[in-house]
Amino acid sequence: DIDNVGRKYHLKLVLEDIVEKDNIVNCTAEILYHLDNTNAAPDVHFEIEGELKNTEEQDNIFYNRIKSLKKELVAQNIPDSHGNVPPEMEPIRLLAQAAAGYVVWQNSTENTRYELAQIKRVRQVKRSDDYLEFDYMVLLHEFVSQEIIPWQMTVLWHPQHGVKVTQNSRQPKHAEH
Amino acid sequence: HQVLRIKASNEEQIQKLQLLETLEHLQLDFWLNPSSPALPVDVRIPFHNLQAVKVFLESNNIEYSILIEDLQVVLDEEKQDMAFSRQRERSTNTFDYGTYHSLASIYEELDNLAHEHSSIVSKLTIGESYEKRPLYVLKFSTGGTNRPAIWIDAGIHSREWITQASAIWIARKIASDYGSDPSVTSLLNKMDIFLLAVTNPDGYEFTHNENRMWRKTRSRNQGSLCIGVDPNRNWDAGFGGKFLLCSLSVPTGPGASSNPCSDSYHGPSANSEVEVKSVVDFIKNHGNTVAFLTLHSYSQLLMYPYGYKCTKPADYAELDSVGKAAASSIHSLYGTTFKVGNICSTIYQASGGSIDWSYDYGIKYSFAFELRDTGNYGFLLPASQIIPTAEETWLGLKTIMEHVRDNPY
Repeated sequence: DIDNVGRKYHLKLVLEDIVEKDNIVNCTAEILYHLDNTNAAPDVHFEIEGELKNTEEQDNIFYNRIKSLKKELVAQNIPDSHGNVPPEMEPIRLLAQAAAGYVVWQNSTENTRYELAQIKRVRQVKRSDDYLEFDYMVLLHEFVSQEIIPWQMTVLWHPQHGVKVTQNSRQPKHAEH
Repeated sequence: HQVLRIKASNEEQIQKLQLLETLEHLQLDFWLNPSSPALPVDVRIPFHNLQAVKVFLESNNIEYSILIEDLQVVLDEEKQDMAFSRQRERSTNTFDYGTYHSLASIYEELDNLAHEHSSIVSKLTIGESYEKRPLYVLKFSTGGTNRPAIWIDAGIHSREWITQASAIWIARKIASDYGSDPSVTSLLNKMDIFLLAVTNPDGYEFTHNENRMWRKTRSRNQGSLCIGVDPNRNWDAGFGGKFLLCSLSVPTGPGASSNPCSDSYHGPSANSEVEVKSVVDFIKNHGNTVAFLTLHSYSQLLMYPYGYKCTKPADYAELDSVGKAAASSIHSLYGTTFKVGNICSTIYQASGGSIDWSYDYGIKYSFAFELRDTGNYGFLLPASQIIPTAEETWLGLKTIMEHVRDNPY
């Protein structure tokens, strides 16, 4: 506890690559949850031991595939009810995981645990520059309340420049009675 | 109807047969039309016209034989064969355990198991859901009178599909391993197992037809448009309590909501949900349940009480040790790691949970599993992981059950 500031956590953790289970990386982190401003995301500082896997080749393959699509990519329910993900959609799902990580960070408190539950809808938005843009509607699962929360994210990605979430907003749960 | 095979010996006879084709009033159905003397002519003839056709053929010296004496008999046999074959398809030899099934399909498989292993498996109805669906429990027993029993349930939260899928696999495993696996055999020689594979069938049906992410029951809430109660906040254990998070100076957090629209709504009162009440009544009436094991997903956790309070249960040391042994068994198969601990410090606080109730009721061995995964797919666990998950979960359950068997109390 830090008086008048908030609460700081010192973490030692292991990062596991969800694609390649054997690929693990040690990590230390410091998280500060602010006392007053509950709208502020927690401060995060981290250090990783070693390097993250190089994905340049797969990134470029994915990038070129999307760039060369005649029509903008559109998809729903990834994964589907049975957990299936068509192989060509897997990078789209992984991109959503990365982008959702940012959204989760921005909305986390000591009383929340968010996971990406499903991509309800994704729509590619054509751009004149080099970035790929995707408009996602996802469902986040919040563990403590057990709620499923629809969330919109606008995601930019470039093989060299990485992921940017330019817009994101919590959506109303439609009358799912 | 009779089917004749006609052999025309020359072109002239072929032409006569072609003439026959034109006589519509005879209602002839040529399966093989007259074309050349080299080829047989097969024709289906309604009974009342049979004589007329035979007279025609005989008077023209056209050879024929009876191919099918009575077509109806053949059709009836075929129908029976098909029904039997469908039934065989429905048997446990062809039920695909590696895919997610509809409620109807799971219920059918429960029937199959009970029929195919009728010496040790029987199906009981312990109640009805809110929407009047039966709550089916499989009883595994080799006899005796009211032997000490192990209770296992799955699917109390309907969106946790891996649990219902694992439960049905585990049911078949228990049934087929009796007599061949020493552990299961000795277990069932001393104890009974009761397995409720779909605790919340209304919710499960809803996840198939309307909303894959539905968690609660489907009961109507008075004064609200929102439907359903979280059945794992509805048990009589610290019901509806508000409580502190495990660290002292943090304000009260959620855990069971009093809002009907919430996914963790505890309901108007403990046991208000018929699905919960049915289990409670069953356990109370049985009177000799010694273990209460419940399956959830996801997070890969193996937990013992308490959830409604952060104090350790009296049997903490033993439960923790059994839990760790079970987690070790799970890990041995595919390297899946389960964290072990009490609910409060392992997952979150939750009041009104089933294993808190069962433990306070006197059932010492009360454990809750959270199966695969840890968030990558979450509730939408790929079907390809069903069998591996069921296999490893079974090892964990077996470890606990062996301890229960060897430690009567």
